[in-house]
Amino acid sequence: MLGLILRRMATGWITVVIVAVVVFIGVEVMPGDACTAMLGRDAARGDVLENCRDRMGLNRPPVERFVAWAGDLAQFDLGVSMKRERPIADIVGPRLRNTLILAAAAALAGVPLAIGLGVMVALRRERPFDIIVSTTALVAMTMPEFVAAALLILIFAIWLGWSAGVVTAAYDAPALALLFATPLPAVTLALVYMAHILRMVRSSVIDTAGADYILMARMKGVPERQIVLRHLLPNAILPTIPVIGLTLAWLLSGVVIVESAFNYPGLGRLAVNAVADRDLPLVQATALIFGLIYVSMTLIADLIAMALNPRLRTRRL
Amino acid sequence: MIGAPILRVVLSKPSGAIGVTLVVGHVMLAVLSPLVLPHDPIAQSADLILQMPSLSYPFGTDRLGRDILSRVMLGGRSAMLIATLATLVAMVWGTVVGLLLALIGGRIDTHMMRIVDALSSIPGILIVMIFVAALGVGAAALIPILGYSYGLSVVYIARAAALDFVARDFVLAAQARGEARSTILIREILPNVRDTLAVQGAMQWSWLMLGITSLSFLGLGVAPPTPDWGLMIADARGVMPTAPWAVLWPMAMLSTLIVGVNLAADAFAKALGVDQQLRTVAA
Amino acid sequence: MTLLRVQDLTISRTGSGAHIVRSANFALDSGQTLGIAGESGCGKSTLLLALMGVVKPGLAVTGGLVHVMGQDLRLIAPEAMRRLRGQSVAMVPQSAAMALTPTMRVGAQLAEAMAVHDAIPPDTIAARTTTLFARVRLPEPDQIGARYPHELSGGQMQRAAIAMALACGPKLLLLDEPTTGLDVTTQAGILDLLDELRRETGMAMVCVSHDIGVLARLTAQVAVMYAGRIVEDRPTANLLTRPAHPYARALMASVPRIESPGLPPSIHGSPPPPGETGRGCAFAPRCSRAHAACEEEPALSPLTEGGRIACHAPDHGPLAPTEMPDPVVAQEAGAPIIAVRGLVVQYRRASLLSRLTRRSLPDPVLAGISLTLAKGEILGLVGESGSGKSTILRAIAGLWPPSAGSITLDGANLPARVTERDRTALRRVQVVFQNPDASLNPRHTVREILAQPLRLYFNASPTEVEARARRLIADVRLDPAHLGRRPAQLSGGERQRVALARAFAAEPDVILCDEVTSALDVSVQASVLALIHDLCHARGTSCLFVAHDLAVVAALCDRVAVLHRGRIVEEGPARTVCSTPEHPYTRSLIEAVRRASDVRGHSFGES
Repeated sequence: MLGLILRRMATGWITVVIVAVVVFIGVEVMPGDACTAMLGRDAARGDVLENCRDRMGLNRPPVERFVAWAGDLAQFDLGVSMKRERPIADIVGPRLRNTLILAAAAALAGVPLAIGLGVMVALRRERPFDIIVSTTALVAMTMPEFVAAALLILIFAIWLGWSAGVVTAAYDAPALALLFATPLPAVTLALVYMAHILRMVRSSVIDTAGADYILMARMKGVPERQIVLRHLLPNAILPTIPVIGLTLAWLLSGVVIVESAFNYPGLGRLAVNAVADRDLPLVQATALIFGLIYVSMTLIADLIAMALNPRLRTRRL
Repeated sequence: MIGAPILRVVLSKPSGAIGVTLVVGHVMLAVLSPLVLPHDPIAQSADLILQMPSLSYPFGTDRLGRDILSRVMLGGRSAMLIATLATLVAMVWGTVVGLLLALIGGRIDTHMMRIVDALSSIPGILIVMIFVAALGVGAAALIPILGYSYGLSVVYIARAAALDFVARDFVLAAQARGEARSTILIREILPNVRDTLAVQGAMQWSWLMLGITSLSFLGLGVAPPTPDWGLMIADARGVMPTAPWAVLWPMAMLSTLIVGVNLAADAFAKALGVDQQLRTVAA
Repeated sequence: MTLLRVQDLTISRTGSGAHIVRSANFALDSGQTLGIAGESGCGKSTLLLALMGVVKPGLAVTGGLVHVMGQDLRLIAPEAMRRLRGQSVAMVPQSAAMALTPTMRVGAQLAEAMAVHDAIPPDTIAARTTTLFARVRLPEPDQIGARYPHELSGGQMQRAAIAMALACGPKLLLLDEPTTGLDVTTQAGILDLLDELRRETGMAMVCVSHDIGVLARLTAQVAVMYAGRIVEDRPTANLLTRPAHPYARALMASVPRIESPGLPPSIHGSPPPPGETGRGCAFAPRCSRAHAACEEEPALSPLTEGGRIACHAPDHGPLAPTEMPDPVVAQEAGAPIIAVRGLVVQYRRASLLSRLTRRSLPDPVLAGISLTLAKGEILGLVGESGSGKSTILRAIAGLWPPSAGSITLDGANLPARVTERDRTALRRVQVVFQNPDASLNPRHTVREILAQPLRLYFNASPTEVEARARRLIADVRLDPAHLGRRPAQLSGGERQRVALARAFAAEPDVILCDEVTSALDVSVQASVLALIHDLCHARGTSCLFVAHDLAVVAALCDRVAVLHRGRIVEEGPARTVCSTPEHPYTRSLIEAVRRASDVRGHSFGES
């Protein structure tokens, strides 16, 4: 078990390293570099460009620059933003916090609800409740975040006036202030991945209900309620845990859209702005952080699944 | 290809019939709409700004006085074209890489999948944004980048679907016979994963539609004044309190298309007997 | 009071209305035992489940009734049904590996079986759990309850499932293929246990099995089912010595017996697909005694000597002893076609990813195997699971490179990997796999399946492919019409014939058969064995025949090698090894076969 965990964590770290390499290469192969971006196309020529490159160390070979960048990263030094001329860590820090608040609020409310609903509809398979919920889930799943955002703003902010439409709080506002400014970004984010998780849990429960051991429990005279709680659910939910982690991680890209749509001061909107500003070091940093979040989410989900799965837990290595 | 019996099974269920109807309707609209447009979709008119739906403008007009019905009819064409081409790119490279990795197995497979994992960990939309910012807006530039980005998930699907069969004895039998690797891939494995991949292709196409309209919404996709649902929604957001129809019509169009594709894909997956496979593969 | 009464029970598909079980009639009093024998698809498991009020999705009881302890299962309230299940009627499932909940400790599952009924005082449950585990002879009964199902072996899981069935002291025990899939020594142990439990508790039993030997051990009465119907129902001793229904006779004759080597006779044709029977006797198309009257379905009517039979032309003669064809003597010390020297295969550690994504590979170790296969010889390789028998075959096929040792084909060295072998060497050695469902590509037609080796090895033109494919399909006694079908449209036996035809298409010198009959019904097995025998002898092809069933090997093979934990422990002519085994392991294997399928046994008859 311990060996398995260590291995899984090691592969997580390897993935992070590969992400760093990929991000570096990605920015490297793009036309232009930090200096052309900073100086603008017209000014970026001759001595001015050379001086800038010298100053920023861009004339060194790529491998050397990667090692330097990675070395800084290892010490949590993300470099300096060109446009904003401040350490990236200072810019990213509060916005990362904001995004995590948003994602955590959405996940904490959404995941249990999605699992619960998924189980409920699976147990009432093909009945009106299932058909209504499953169809709603399908619609929610296929609705792009910006459409959901616009729709929620229209209904809850404009028509009903229950909540503010966009976030006006500053990026360094207290955590709760941000969250209570409007629940709509969290709801939007939750809506889409809840639909994914609900559908997956529903399928898994239906598949598991056909297993021999469920029939066997029934043959033992176990009451239906107990069959569901002790035999069906643990086996149905277990395989979905890594996929839930993957879904959450994968839908992180939704953050980019949702934050833009609601003007939420998080990492996603920062990334959009950084791209628009051609602030390459900042783009690199945000891409890397997104990668890191993805890797740690899938890692955590896998570890939870390992801890809960007796087949893995009892393996001796 | 899909035979008549399969289609009959798909259409026999309400969800399948609705899905196929929506998709066919949308495709016909996209193809035929230039012939039946009620108004010029890009003609602006100061007199007609934000008109309520009326007889001559059944869907109303937008903040530049353009006819929303005409724009909505055309608004999916660019995105659908890009999505189709990008789906082709994604399916082709994703399938080839995924099947090869499944068949080769061993260390190469393990290491390559680690790289695919790493590449998938950076949100696709961010990658596309970076490239769009670097190369400038243009539909042509979007196709390879979207194809690459969405192809990553095809690699997982194709590999997992093929792994299901790589372990089976008929592949072992072909190996024992001494068949070439390419023969095994094309003759033995591909026919078995074809249906799964076809359904997956349809799903990919719908995700790509979402991605492209999202990019247009952010101003990184289809360029104005081309009518496009994503652009229309972005454009009408500011006038939502006074003219909700301007934002609702393109939303309805986009949603019916995506829901239709997904309903149809679900129904085909069940009819072809690959829904189980798609589900396990998603893990 | 009659414990169990089944009257005119009919179970049909909800869609097509096809009958899976037709008009089943029988009754059982306390302490009585009934066996239900039949091949796959005959409806026996469906019938057994119905005794607990369960029908699988897609099926429905469309006629008749089941009374358990006086209660009509059609009318019983759900709560009363729940009380009945587990407490009065319990079931031992076919595959305990599938029937134990993977996320629950086995002790908790056993305790649950008691806790959900009021029969056992709650404070004694823990003690009774240990007692029950001890009763089914599980090791460390006080501790084994803390384990999860996957931590038990197949035999242990089956024992745990039996303990669970016994938990509340049921009046009626239902057994669904209780030993299928277990090694023969494990199987014998389980049967001993069940037999002992039956004597001690005096509970009634209904046992379903494809293996009449198993029923002979456990039940006093046996009903034979064919195509959804009970065709003969007799006291076991009677049925075993003089079955009267032609199907029952043929079925029993087709079982290979270790004490009488030689190929058993087979039943021509294959059973109709479930639910697809015509008006007349379902067996008539395969029956040598069928006549005009068989166009009408015979009723199940009493026999004078006890029991019932549904046949217009019963055969009351004694069961003829197995024909003993002349043993085919391989050329003494003939030139070896395959020679294996000092073969060692080490267990490879699978990587994390492959362990997570693929089924785990069996990991036997071969510790220096040497054997030779003479030209034209059929050599049997027999051993229990994990003995390494399939590994030897895969090493010879080049699919599992050994870490040491050499393999020669006709004196020339055979490269370890299939990818290193030249086309001729590949052509000369062909493999036939265990399960034709898996070894034939479901998307290909039979024509395409046969064309592959023809194109690969002979660069055959399309017309030549067609001509040769037709010849091959005739050689394996199939119809040219089969060429256009896909594997799913064929029966299990037909599929294995196609797999054999594909192997022989290469005109090989050696075929390697890996458990090729273990997925087949016994009547089909007999015909496939006969086919392998005829094909090999007609063409002078050598055959390495790997199997777990000593009786099957003895029936087909000239010579036998017995494998145990990666070593050959005994080798010799098939008859000699079976009649006078030298090695203790071989002796225990033969003893286990006898105990597990002792058709002329001693224990039945008391009820």
